Order: sequence, then C-alpha cells, then structure tokens
Amino acid sequence: MTLAIDIRHRLGSFQLDAKFETGGGLVALFGRSGSGKTSIVNIIAGLIRPDHGRVVNDGVVLVDRARGIFVPRHRRRIGYVFQEGRLFPHLTVRQNLLYGRFFAPDSERREGFDPVVDLLGIGGLLDRRPGRLSGGEKQRVAIGRALLAGPRLLLMDEPLASLDEARKAEIFPYIERLRDQNRVPIVYVSHALAEVARLASTVVLVAEGKVAAVGATTDVMHRLDLFALTGRAEAGSIIEAIVERHDAAFGLTELRSRAGVWRLPRLDLAIGTRLRLTVRARDVMLAKSAPGDLSALNIVPGVVTDMAGAGGSMGAIVEIKLDCNGDVLIARLTRYSVERLGLAPGQQIHALIKSVALDRRGLSGPNRGPAGADAEANET
Amino acid sequence: MDWMTLSPEEWTAVRLSLKVATVATLVGLPFGIGVALALARGRFWGQSLLNGLVLLPLILPPVVTGYILLIVFGQRGPVGRWLADYFGIVFSFRWTGAALACGIMGFPLMVRAIRLAIESVDARLEEAAGTLGANRTWVFATVTLPLIVPGILTGMILCFAKAMGEFGATITFVSNIPGETQTLPSAIYTFTQVPGGDQGALRLTLVSVAISMLALLASEVMARLAHRRLEIE
Repeated sequence: MTLAIDIRHRLGSFQLDAKFETGGGLVALFGRSGSGKTSIVNIIAGLIRPDHGRVVNDGVVLVDRARGIFVPRHRRRIGYVFQEGRLFPHLTVRQNLLYGRFFAPDSERREGFDPVVDLLGIGGLLDRRPGRLSGGEKQRVAIGRALLAGPRLLLMDEPLASLDEARKAEIFPYIERLRDQNRVPIVYVSHALAEVARLASTVVLVAEGKVAAVGATTDVMHRLDLFALTGRAEAGSIIEAIVERHDAAFGLTELRSRAGVWRLPRLDLAIGTRLRLTVRARDVMLAKSAPGDLSALNIVPGVVTDMAGAGGSMGAIVEIKLDCNGDVLIARLTRYSVERLGLAPGQQIHALIKSVALDRRGLSGPNRGPAGADAEANET
Repeated sequence: MDWMTLSPEEWTAVRLSLKVATVATLVGLPFGIGVALALARGRFWGQSLLNGLVLLPLILPPVVTGYILLIVFGQRGPVGRWLADYFGIVFSFRWTGAALACGIMGFPLMVRAIRLAIESVDARLEEAAGTLGANRTWVFATVTLPLIVPGILTGMILCFAKAMGEFGATITFVSNIPGETQTLPSAIYTFTQVPGGDQGALRLTLVSVAISMLALLASEVMARLAHRRLEIE
C-alpha cells in the first residue's frame, strides 16, 4: 500500500503545500500545532476539497483536481479517528461500532466484530451510551468504529491529545497491537515526540504547511538540523533494544542494543522483548576517557560524527551526534564544554546516561500490551 | 355537577378543535422540517425572503392572514380553484380550511423550534458519519434526525397549542359554522355573544385550559426523556 499526496490548498492566510509518498505501517504526520497536519488528513478523508493536486491511496485516485476527480467522503473507505472521538450520543456503543459496518459492502468487511471488540478491550461497554464513557474508553470505541467500517487506510488525528497521561498509557498498547498485527495502514497525526518515537515506523515532518522531511522515524529524529522543528526540549535518539536480564537484587533490568548494555529500573517485560528506548539529548553527558568512580550506570563508548550549534555558531548550546557501534546517541552540551573537551568529529568519546533518566515513558515495545495480548495475536 | 356536563354541541366543538389542530400539526410537520433544514443549512438566493414569509403570520394581525387565505385559497381564489378542480380539495367554509388557517398560524413556531435544534446539531458528528460510509440522506436519517427529535416534538406541541387557540384567521377564512368550522375559541366567542351563554363559555374555557396544560406536560416529559437518552457530554 502506498499513499501519495501532492496538494496545494489555501485556508485563509495559511498556505498548505504538501507533497509526500509513504509505504505501509504506521506513518506519523508530525509537527507543531497549526502546522497543517489536520488539514492534510482532512483532505485525505474528503472533509476538505483541496484547491489543487492529487491524493492517491493504494492505487485508487481519491482526488485529482486537474482531471476533475473528487471521491466523496462516504465512498473513500478511509477510517477516521478524531481527536474528540465524535461518537454518536444517541446510539449505544454497540450501535456506534456497527454504524460503519452497516454501510460497508460484504467484500469490505475485513474485520470481525468480536476480534475488534477483544482487541480494544471494550466488551464490557457495549450496551452503554457514549455519555457514560471515560475519555480513554471513548477513544477505544472510536478506533473500533473506524476499524469495523473496513477501511483501506486509518487516519488518527491526535487521538491521545485530549487524554491525561494515565489514559494515554491505557491506549498506547492497543494502538501498538493494531500496528503490529498489520491490519490496516495508519496515518497518525501528533505533535508529541514521545508518541511518534514510540509508535511510528515512518515520519512525515510538517512545518508551516510544508513537508520538511520524510523518512524512517530514527533517521528523521536523528537529524540535528531538524531539531528546531521536532521539538528541542524532548529531542533525542531512539535505540532499538532487547530485554536481556533482570537483576532482582537491585531491581534493575538490563537491555542490550548495538551500543552495549543498558541498565534501568526494573521493567515488567519478558526476557527477549524488543523495545524502543528514547534517550533525550539533554540527559546525555560526554567524557573523553572512561570514567571510574561514577554513579551513572550507563557508559557507552562511541565516535563523534556530527556537531551542530543551536542558534548558529555563536549559540550557547551544541548538539553532538555519536555513532555507538551502529546506534545513534545525541548529546546536548554547552559550547563552553565542547571547546573545553576539544570535541571534533571522528573523536573517540564515552557517553554517560543516568539510569533514572531512562524512564518508562521513553519505552515502547510490541509486547507491552495488556494481559492476553499474545494469546490474541496467536489466534489471528 | 350538572353544569359541568358538556352539551353535544360543545363536544362537537372540542372534537373538531382536536381534529383541526392534529391535522394542522401533522400535515405541517414535513414542510416544517424541510423549511427548517433549508433555513438552517441551505445557502440559496431568497433565503431571507423565505424566512420572512414563514414568520409573517406571527407578526400580521390574524384577521389579515385569514383574509389573505380567503383571497388565495377561497372558492374564487387562484390556488383554491386550482386545488378544487384538480384534486377536489376545498378549503372555504370547511374544516379543512380551519386546519389550513391553524397550520399557517402555527407554522412559524414549529419551524423556529426545529431550526434551532438543527443549528445546535454538531456538524462534526455528521462529518464522522460521512467518513463511516453514510451518504447525505443516510447521515440525515441516522444522525441529524434522531438528534433533533426533541426540537421536532417541541415544534409540534407549539404548533398544536397555537392551532387549538387560533381564532382570528380561522373565523375570517372559514367563518363560524357549528359542526364544520366552529372550533373551541369560536364556540367560546359565540357563547359570550348570546344571553345566558356564560356557563357554556366557562365550561369550554376549562376544557381549553386542561388541553393546554396536558400539551405542556407532555412536552416536558418528552424533553426530559430525550435529554436522559442523549446524556449530553
């Protein structure tokens, strides 16, 4: 499946000029609020008719203004999970879930009702009305409703933005399961770096109505020149790791990545679980020689590959990119420290990261779903 | 208790009023929903004109409305003659004319209530229904219509109550013929014009008050039910 977009559209004084092409999996449309992400998905869904351009999903031309093609929204077979859920208040959860299915032709009913209800853990809510659901429950029902319509593409517009951290943590595993079971390609809109780092296989970085970069999540996130757009405060590197060992005596878990061993506070994950570790640039220290007596448990050797000063060559902050045996690490230092250490590309260096900086929020993995995730995956 | 018993003539007036008001409300309903939709959602030339035309009976003296009906729908009126020739529908001096006059007078209230309900429907829900595969007709039938049911009920009850009380336009258009066009207000008026008619007028007034109260109660109950069902978030 490919999604190809090449559109120009004017909304008041805002000019949208977006062109990109993506493969399957979970594609994140990432950018600040007001950068035009939601307008792009609204154009894909057919809620906005673009002034110019084309939208093609999986070989089906949805919009081609030059040829006068505009498929109306109800014939696009594109599921949409809105930020505010938009469940029908006069229907029960069951009726909401079956709404789109009613309109789907038999050949398009790819999803069974029971598997979707199980996947999202909403079996106990079926006879309730949306007014009585929590925010997290509403979003799970909204995801189910969109899935059961048998979409060829699922759009999710900041589905977690209106939820608190606990509710977010409740929904993440369901979206990860959806992604990993590869049921339907997903376009996921977000302005939160943590969500994108955790969920996306591909990132489309949107800034001021234009596409600033497209690529694999790690490639885009590790580009120092894009830090101003991706969000400097939370920016960092993403490392694919595997759970190697639990240290019961000290309550630690050891992960292994190409860079080496990572120790962090105990995780309730089976040995062998793959996950993504996000290491924020501001949590990384650098040392020229391997330090001895030090509290930091994670000391990773690497080579400086790139340096970029934030705010030009005279700025106070410099970001340094390291190659640690194939893993990328990014450190944020003051320019003063950089000059004191005499850092330069090609230099051997040691990166130091406190274990407690690697908290659960920065982790994601396919098997972090709720109990029963694996059993369910085996059934399908 | 004897004075409380309605005479057959009085019963006829009560029954006729109920029939006229019911027919006026039910026949007016589809037009009311259509016009309310056009006013709330449509963007077309002459929209303000339509709006003004619908509201006109609310502002005009009822006698003027009745007279206009007489000119247009009367036996020699252009529309009245056409309807009589092609469909056999006669309005002048018939209960159907009373229903038409009552319907016209209640129409603005009905349209206004339904229009407000349509305008308060969250258009984003309709968008969501569209992305789930429902075309415009289905969106209206499965999302818009159920959500405006409370507004429709309010509009119907307002129209019904107005029709029950309509006097000026009715008596001007179809006169005051017992058993055919003599509705409750006309009958009360007639009683007050004859010596010794006080008791009859009082009895019918009480009936009138009772019907109005029942209609109000019914609308309260339905509004509460609808509200409980929706559980506005």
